[in-house]
Amino acid sequence: MNTAKPISVGMRHFFVEIGEMSLFAGRFFKEAVKPPFEFKELLRQCYNMGNRSLSLVLVTGFIIGLVLTLQSRPTLVEFGAVSWMPDMVGISIVRELGPVITALVCAGRIASGIGAELGSMRVTEQIDAMEVSGTNPFKYLVVTRILATTLMLPLLVILGDAVALYGSALVENFKGGVSFQLYFNRVFDALEYGDLVPATIKSFFFGFAIGLVGCFKGYYSKKGTAGVGLAANTAVVFTSMLLFVIDFIAVFISDIFYEL
Amino acid sequence: MKTSSSHTTLLNKEDSQEVMIRIEGLYKSFGDNHVLNGFNMKLLKGENLVVMGKSGSGKSVMIKCLVGLMKPDKGRISVMGNEITKLDREALDILRSDIGFLFQGSALYDSMTVRENLEFPMRRHREKLGMINNTLPLVQEALESVGLAHTMELMPEELSGGMKRRVALARTLILRPKIILYDEPTSGLDPITAKEIIELMRNIQEQYGTSSLIITHDVDCARVISERMILLVDGVNYAEGTYEELLLSKDPKVEAFFKK
Repeated sequence: MNTAKPISVGMRHFFVEIGEMSLFAGRFFKEAVKPPFEFKELLRQCYNMGNRSLSLVLVTGFIIGLVLTLQSRPTLVEFGAVSWMPDMVGISIVRELGPVITALVCAGRIASGIGAELGSMRVTEQIDAMEVSGTNPFKYLVVTRILATTLMLPLLVILGDAVALYGSALVENFKGGVSFQLYFNRVFDALEYGDLVPATIKSFFFGFAIGLVGCFKGYYSKKGTAGVGLAANTAVVFTSMLLFVIDFIAVFISDIFYEL
Repeated sequence: MKTSSSHTTLLNKEDSQEVMIRIEGLYKSFGDNHVLNGFNMKLLKGENLVVMGKSGSGKSVMIKCLVGLMKPDKGRISVMGNEITKLDREALDILRSDIGFLFQGSALYDSMTVRENLEFPMRRHREKLGMINNTLPLVQEALESVGLAHTMELMPEELSGGMKRRVALARTLILRPKIILYDEPTSGLDPITAKEIIELMRNIQEQYGTSSLIITHDVDCARVISERMILLVDGVNYAEGTYEELLLSKDPKVEAFFKK
């Protein structure tokens, strides 16, 4: 069976898509700094993205904090290192788990939403109607959404981290009798700026990736309702993959700084 | 049909009336699919011109090239003396404020109320309307002209197909356009609602003195509204004349359009 052709076609399609997305990102930077600015729509999108994802992020964060502590506890007890629990949970949540899990939750919630929304606007000619009415649809729909996800994701990550740590403290309080004050004192003693700053910078990139892929897939959605579904679906898949790539690059770069 | 005498009449009419739209040798292809193959057209001031053609004949492509939503491969499109393909974004947007576009599926913005839908085109063209701060009277007037003043705070999803089409028509009127382009204005509507929309189109032309280009394959719509018709076959203007002239034609391709 000759599989060489489909693979090469698939690879070409993948690289073409990467190229198109890079051009799309380039257009975003160009349009973002050019007046007129759509502040009202940006605020509306920030509210939409932040407010609508908040409950999901809080619930997920809380459960992650609970589960991480419950799962780690027996091993730490075995080695007599249970007092290190706040340090371990704090560092792992702030550095890695908080940003990545919040970003993945938002990829499912926001990227698919943007993909479906812009896709259906494309299919029903709403984007064309906007263009004809003299409003730049790229600036109004795409720039505002990408900026909103970029600005909102770090805030969601901070809230998600806080709730995850609260969940962890709850377990420690319940199982080990550790007071909340003591628990959080230990967490903040363990954390350094070197943990917080790269995680926050990484969150901005995660937010940018979520907005970029969601908008790209929706804005260039193929005609028809099937195209809308496909835009939403591929937006989530592509964003999730991209998040891990960004995470790897971010960890790699911060590792270089740690060594310096 | 386009005979020498009718052509002379048209030329005489053109001498005395301003040409609003002039298309010369328009070509547009999508890969191997040659949609427009040298299409020519003139729309005179105050005229109702119908372009008829079967599905996929390139009617919508032509109308989209006309407002700059698509770029033609070859040919000239002049709207009120402005060469569309040579205009920059800003100039094109200013010109577009003189062109109303009624989309096939109405293309109302789902996330906005009827009022917001009508206010949207005014965001970029306030100077044309005398820098007004209160847009409500204009919205009210436009909605009254289509008999839907009571729907102002409704969402598009709460409207019927016919009502959506009327609101979309009100939105095209809000900037007082000199030309209105109708893309299949009666498609997807029941015969009674379609008749109401046609009546509305006639009223609007009388009230606002607009020039209209109507793209349709609805013979009844063409009969009632057209002053002149063009049959678009294989990407070229196959036949031209009044409804009556085309109706009497013995050409098989022309006859095919009028067979019940």
